[in-house]
Amino acid sequence: MSAIATAPPRAPRPAQRRWVESFAGIGFATPAFVLLVLTNIAPLVALAILSFTDYEMGAVDIHSVGAANFSKALHDPVIRRSLGNTFLYVAIVVPASVLLSLLVAILVHRRTRSRGFYEVVYFLPVTTTLIAMATMWQFLLHPQLGPVNAVLTSLGFNRVAFLSEPSLVLPTLAAIGVWQLVGFNMVLFLAGLSAIPRDLYEAAEVDGASHPIDRFLRVTWPLLGPTTMFVTVTTFITAFKIFDTVAVMTRGGPMGSSMTLLYAVYLEGFQYFHLSYAATLTLIFLAFTLVFSVTQTFFLDRRVHY
Amino acid sequence: MAGLSLKGISKGFGTTPVLGHIDLDIADGEFVALVGPSGCGKSTLLRIIAGLERQDAGTVTIGGAPVDHLRPHERKVAMVFQNYALYPHMTVFENMALPLTMSRLNVLERIPLLGALSPRKRAVMRQIATEVNAVAAQLRIDTFGARRPGQLSGGQRQRVALGRAMVRDPDVFLMDEPLSNLDAKLRVHMRTELAELHARLGVTMVYVTHDQVEAMTMANRLAVMDQGDILQLGTPTEVYEWPASIVVAQFIGSPGINLLPATVALGGRVELMGRALPVRLPLEPGSAVTIGLRPESLRMHRENGDCEVACQFKRRENLGSESILHYSAEAGGTAPILCKVGHDDVAGLESLRAAEGSILYFAPAGCHFFDAKGLRVEPLQIDAAMSPQQTRAAATLEVVS
Repeated sequence: MSAIATAPPRAPRPAQRRWVESFAGIGFATPAFVLLVLTNIAPLVALAILSFTDYEMGAVDIHSVGAANFSKALHDPVIRRSLGNTFLYVAIVVPASVLLSLLVAILVHRRTRSRGFYEVVYFLPVTTTLIAMATMWQFLLHPQLGPVNAVLTSLGFNRVAFLSEPSLVLPTLAAIGVWQLVGFNMVLFLAGLSAIPRDLYEAAEVDGASHPIDRFLRVTWPLLGPTTMFVTVTTFITAFKIFDTVAVMTRGGPMGSSMTLLYAVYLEGFQYFHLSYAATLTLIFLAFTLVFSVTQTFFLDRRVHY
Repeated sequence: MAGLSLKGISKGFGTTPVLGHIDLDIADGEFVALVGPSGCGKSTLLRIIAGLERQDAGTVTIGGAPVDHLRPHERKVAMVFQNYALYPHMTVFENMALPLTMSRLNVLERIPLLGALSPRKRAVMRQIATEVNAVAAQLRIDTFGARRPGQLSGGQRQRVALGRAMVRDPDVFLMDEPLSNLDAKLRVHMRTELAELHARLGVTMVYVTHDQVEAMTMANRLAVMDQGDILQLGTPTEVYEWPASIVVAQFIGSPGINLLPATVALGGRVELMGRALPVRLPLEPGSAVTIGLRPESLRMHRENGDCEVACQFKRRENLGSESILHYSAEAGGTAPILCKVGHDDVAGLESLRAAEGSILYFAPAGCHFFDAKGLRVEPLQIDAAMSPQQTRAAATLEVVS
């Protein structure tokens, strides 16, 4: 009697298997890719195309104008002013919020029982919507009705019109921006501080670096390198994107002293309906963000130790 | 170089007592190992000596002067940590130079850019460089002064940590389980290096470890600790040959000591599993006693004056140059009895079969006796020359009379 051997199931041929694997891979990646294209890439491409045209909202026809929008933007005094104001805002907010949050994190880090309380208190501003908070700040800073001025007058100073004085508007908005960012940066720094091994501090103590400043310069600051870099880059990008407070509280005034780049984009696009010009400005905004982020990453990355 | 003295040190964390009343005197140049299981308080004691923890009571004296009020870097101690605690962002050279830069440069000179302007700083740094390079050459790490700790192997990092301690020229070296993170072979090598280093430098060393092999091989004296107390302080020989308690006997020696429960009969005679031993203890009849027998004290073949214990062979661990035989006691299900035999009778060892009944022999002089509290009891009298028949006869006579 001949033995009937059942043939083993045939394994798919190598080429067939490769095709199956690629199909599966593409299948898994497609939804995310489609979303990315629809929400990021496609609008970006549309923006890029628009910036070379003269399209206005509601216009019937559309013509190409080459780089005319770009040269207009670079010579526009309003846009130059917006750029200047945005850079000034970033120059105040980034160092202030990074250093302040670092200081707060170092102070809070060692607390045992009150640490939770301080974390909540400092993080609360992050959880709020800036538009709602902007309205609140408007009240707080009101020259006649606001508590801040009430405190100032009780101390003997004159009333200060924070949001109506051209020289004070941007620093005031910067202070509000710092207020909103400190909690978030503090949480990031707390995570970074927890990652520093405790016996490094003890070794420093035995080596003679027992003064808090010595400990900070020799151990804490160098080992917080990656965290500091991350915090600085994210704070920079967040600060550069300032819009909410300007839109709600000052609307670019008084006399354009709080006009920032994104608000200018908003005005051009949705108030004056120069959509192609707004697209141009958006591209400029993106270019700046990209340049600074890349520069920061490469410049800081060399000095960071992991 | 100075001696170290601890008097009445005690410490608790909250309501948990960690260290009881600790008294310890270490002579100048001595290598003392603090050895014990995890949680016994040895690391806490070391950190109190270093000044990283404050004791609740007691004083620490280094070189005759009390140092309790001094900060760690003022105490002239140097510490080597278990995880090396090297600064990862500094080069090997900078790591080793840090203790000296901290102590010799003033505040302004330590600021990175401002300090570069000071001519005194340049002279001091040159002096520091000479000293650091000398120590690095001693430890054979002078070739990687520019590397970062992340680029070094475990043994090299260990030597950098040692070098950082050595440059300070301290009175006392403190080491907190420095070899725990190394692989077995490197650990053996570093044990020799550390012992040679101690011989060369002649500095007082306090070495914390949970590995009794390290303590036995390197130390001049051991302090065996458990639950916050020093159970015994002595040379390796003293601690091994005359352990002060069951805990010490169990902790020192590998494989661990065999413990056999026995009772004291009339006249202080010890009875093990119904057989009398030719030993008399200063204890009341009827009290429980534990006999400790080191694995190498048990023999497969009888010698003159030996006592015996009946057991069953279970298995053999062949280590090549020696074998560890596992037996279970026939009377009473207690812990297995381990017997260490050498290389002599390999054929006999090969022929052992599991579950075979056999008899193990031991000399009564090789026994350690511990009372019901676990403390060592010295026998009043050991009649080593009595044969088993004489022992039994003597016991019967005692009962009769």
